[in-house]
Amino acid sequence: MDGIHDLGGMSGFGAVEIERDEPRFHEPWEARAFALNTLGIRQLGAYNVHEYRHAVERMDPADYLTASYYERWFTAVATLLVEKGIVALAELEARAGGRFPLSRPAAQVKPSGVAPRSSPRFRDGERVRVRDVHPAGHTRAPRYVRGKTGTVVRVSRPFELPDQAGHALPARLETTYHVEFAAGELWSEAAEPRASVVVDLWESYLEPAR
Amino acid sequence: MSGRPGLPAPAPIAERVRALEEALAEKELIPEGFLEKRAAQAEENFDARNGARVVARAWVDPAFRARLLADGGPAAAELGFRAANSDTLVVVENSDTVHNAIVCTQCSCTAWSVIGLPPDWYKSPAYRARLVREPRALLREMGLDLPEHVALRVWDTSGETRYMVLPQRPAGTEGWSEERLAALVTREALIGVARVTLPV
Repeated sequence: MDGIHDLGGMSGFGAVEIERDEPRFHEPWEARAFALNTLGIRQLGAYNVHEYRHAVERMDPADYLTASYYERWFTAVATLLVEKGIVALAELEARAGGRFPLSRPAAQVKPSGVAPRSSPRFRDGERVRVRDVHPAGHTRAPRYVRGKTGTVVRVSRPFELPDQAGHALPARLETTYHVEFAAGELWSEAAEPRASVVVDLWESYLEPAR
Repeated sequence: MSGRPGLPAPAPIAERVRALEEALAEKELIPEGFLEKRAAQAEENFDARNGARVVARAWVDPAFRARLLADGGPAAAELGFRAANSDTLVVVENSDTVHNAIVCTQCSCTAWSVIGLPPDWYKSPAYRARLVREPRALLREMGLDLPEHVALRVWDTSGETRYMVLPQRPAGTEGWSEERLAALVTREALIGVARVTLPV
């Protein structure tokens, strides 16, 4: 989805502030929220990490930007446990004594019919273009590289395709590639000199550069 | 979350977390001590001091450095740091001509076992939005002014590979012990927004 989570290249956020001697968790509830996700994934087996990431992305954009990191984390966990029928939203609202915001529903995504081709399809040093697609569901191809051409700098390992796994569909393993894009290709006249970005992309996100 | 027009403010986040935990506990879905154990594990195991030890070893042991750059996961595991969230660790080396920095534009992934859980600045929309577009300007704002001839390579953690920067060893540390070297290496240096420097 072309969601609020896909922040790469956006303007207007201001300065980055570093907190000295930052603790791992600022509040006790953050550590509980962190651990509740491990419970959901490993102990209950209720969902996988791709579904978790997508549940964060599905938050209302206004909620997403005003929530802290662990508040987003927790909202995704609660959303998935409600969607999977493990807890009821009404019960959570009653126990919390107020509104209990969850993420918006996921788009309907069909299982991919594409058979895995002989892999890896691309080789080190090859020029590739990121397909300019806008799927309604989960994907890990950031908007700022779609339609852009780069060079494979590493043929990496195969991993489950998030576009399927993020919707609890049987996910095929696909080779991933570290693809380097020159800053000028991404940002044209706004690009800084002698800069590049390497993005980790699944094979089906890519096509040969013409 | 600050609430939205037309809707009442959400229940406080601490209350919402407590509510979910209680609902799950009542259904007997939380094994005794599970949440405490996981939180303690995060405190003990996900720590940038681990990455600092990996860097110090690479600075003093060329064979280890070669293994680390060839395949970071097994090399870090030699020191006992096994990947928690991905077994693919790529270590990128800074030099006089190339500087590397890491970001995750779509969420906030880091190599937990060597860099630790991500700090707030790394998770901020500002860092995630800006590093891929204006890395030199952003790093300068953050206190790292790179010479113009140094090429800047930003690594967006968009897949399952995790990255760690191998910073340059500062001059004046010849003959130092691994332990003393490791104490110089900060989380910020492992992400690539700072150099390793000697204490003033």
